[in-house]
Amino acid sequence: MAEHIDNPTGLGADAARVPTVIADEVHIVYRVNGGAGGKGSATAALSRILRRGKGEERGVRKVHAVRGVSFTAYRGEAIGLIGTNGSGKSTLLRAIAGLLPTESGKVYTDGQPSLLGVNAALMGDLTGERNVILGGLAMGMSREEIRARYQDIVDFSGINEKGDFITLPMRTYSSGMGARLRFAIAAAKDHDVLMIDEALATGDRKFQIRSEERIRELRKEAGTVFLVSHSNKSIRDTCDRVLWLEKGELLMDGPTDEVLKAYEKETGR
Amino acid sequence: MSEQTHDGAVAVTAPPSPDAGLSRAELAAKYGLSVSGARPSLAAYVRQLWGRRHFILAFSQAKLTAQYSQAKLGQLWQVATPLLNAAVYFLIFGLILNAGRGMDKDVYIPFLVTGVFVFTFTQTSVMAGVRAIAGNLGLVRALHFPRASLPISFALQQLQQLLVSMIVLFAVAIAFGSYPGGSWLLIAPTLALQFVFNVGLSLIMARLGSKTPDLAQLMPFVMRTWMYASGVMFSIPIMLKDKPAWIADILMYNPAAIYMDLIRFSLIDGYTASNLPEHVWFAALIWAVLVGAAGFVYFWKAEERYGRG
Repeated sequence: MAEHIDNPTGLGADAARVPTVIADEVHIVYRVNGGAGGKGSATAALSRILRRGKGEERGVRKVHAVRGVSFTAYRGEAIGLIGTNGSGKSTLLRAIAGLLPTESGKVYTDGQPSLLGVNAALMGDLTGERNVILGGLAMGMSREEIRARYQDIVDFSGINEKGDFITLPMRTYSSGMGARLRFAIAAAKDHDVLMIDEALATGDRKFQIRSEERIRELRKEAGTVFLVSHSNKSIRDTCDRVLWLEKGELLMDGPTDEVLKAYEKETGR
Repeated sequence: MSEQTHDGAVAVTAPPSPDAGLSRAELAAKYGLSVSGARPSLAAYVRQLWGRRHFILAFSQAKLTAQYSQAKLGQLWQVATPLLNAAVYFLIFGLILNAGRGMDKDVYIPFLVTGVFVFTFTQTSVMAGVRAIAGNLGLVRALHFPRASLPISFALQQLQQLLVSMIVLFAVAIAFGSYPGGSWLLIAPTLALQFVFNVGLSLIMARLGSKTPDLAQLMPFVMRTWMYASGVMFSIPIMLKDKPAWIADILMYNPAAIYMDLIRFSLIDGYTASNLPEHVWFAALIWAVLVGAAGFVYFWKAEERYGRG
């Protein structure tokens, strides 16, 4: 059951509030092959196939990750998603972005929401240089846009501060350097609806400050921002509204202070 | 502003806004919001794909480069791998089993190498297609792009690999007395048709493989059977001359055999039109158009469901 507090942003109840994301009774179910029956043996798999046919698919275990979540997000809001591990935060973000099909219910969005992150498109065997181009193209930027922003991306990542690392394969980077370049590429694009999944805590202190600044910039340009984080501080710094998810259900939806207070009380922090 | 919570309770605060009382779907319609992750129309899908053509090309080139980047010889393996492949088949089928009976050595060796390279093109495209979605779920769940980009990109990677192999093939042909001539120009349209066929097939396999990843285990056997049945290392009419004619006909009109024979005919002086089935160009075209279009539509039909798992 959701405890709903209206007008959480305190923007005033004027009619100018334009919804950008509407989630309507969203359910998401993962199907895991071979997760059922406890035994992973060959005979178990065979009997699973033989007994198949009646009603539910056998041998496929279902994980109900998000259960009936509804909310409306408005232009100009920065919304934090909190909850313990496995509560369905990242899954919900992926569904809003249209990357994960919903089992039932619908997500309506204004334009194409995008997830901040290009990690999956990058290849460790390629040079940083080629990864910047590949990552940009994967996010849907044109070659011209990438060319125009290439130097900014490299400068922002700070990869070349300690020598000419951008022409080396990415697998030779330290984990911090890789994370910095990935963030720099991902943050190069402007988004209408931006979703950030715990991307803030990468790199050294200097880079963290720089990336938080960039996030604030992106927030200004983007219509609506969603942020998943376990750091209550970064939620408090960035967000004005918070959704608290637990076991796939929306437990609370309201202004940052109220929800975080309840969350901290519950988790004992 | 009022809004319905999901259990149906209505929380109302004053003053009421003009949006009060609207259901979520009505609210979405009022502000022109669209359903996230819905499947675009076929025409829109083609446009989206065209918009991503630079990504498709860059991704295929990146995959190709990444493949050998850890090896000491690096990109040299792009040429060495097909060469070694051909050498192994020559050792087994040319020297030990003497599968080239009825053919001159000057014909048989380029015949065999062409067969191996051209079939490998289809084989690797299909295998990459099976894993195109299932093996890239991370990418599918992180970024937005028409999913057909992935199988097409993998097929394009194999095309580039084949073009490198063609250098080896030309060298082999010249070494065995077939010199470049006008008929070599026919290689380009043949490869174009085969590429369209491969894309269609790998799109079909990509959708099947996304639902049933087990296909990745099964397909190597299917592909090997197909290879042996297509006359990669022997001439179908010569090998099957004692059997009923319809068996040879079926084997010769299968797409893999058609594309192989067309390249052989274009490339090898001693491999004449008498080795080709009738209406061979028409068959090559039909296979490409049919499988290409069917594969594309079949893949598109499940566009919104990729990434569930």
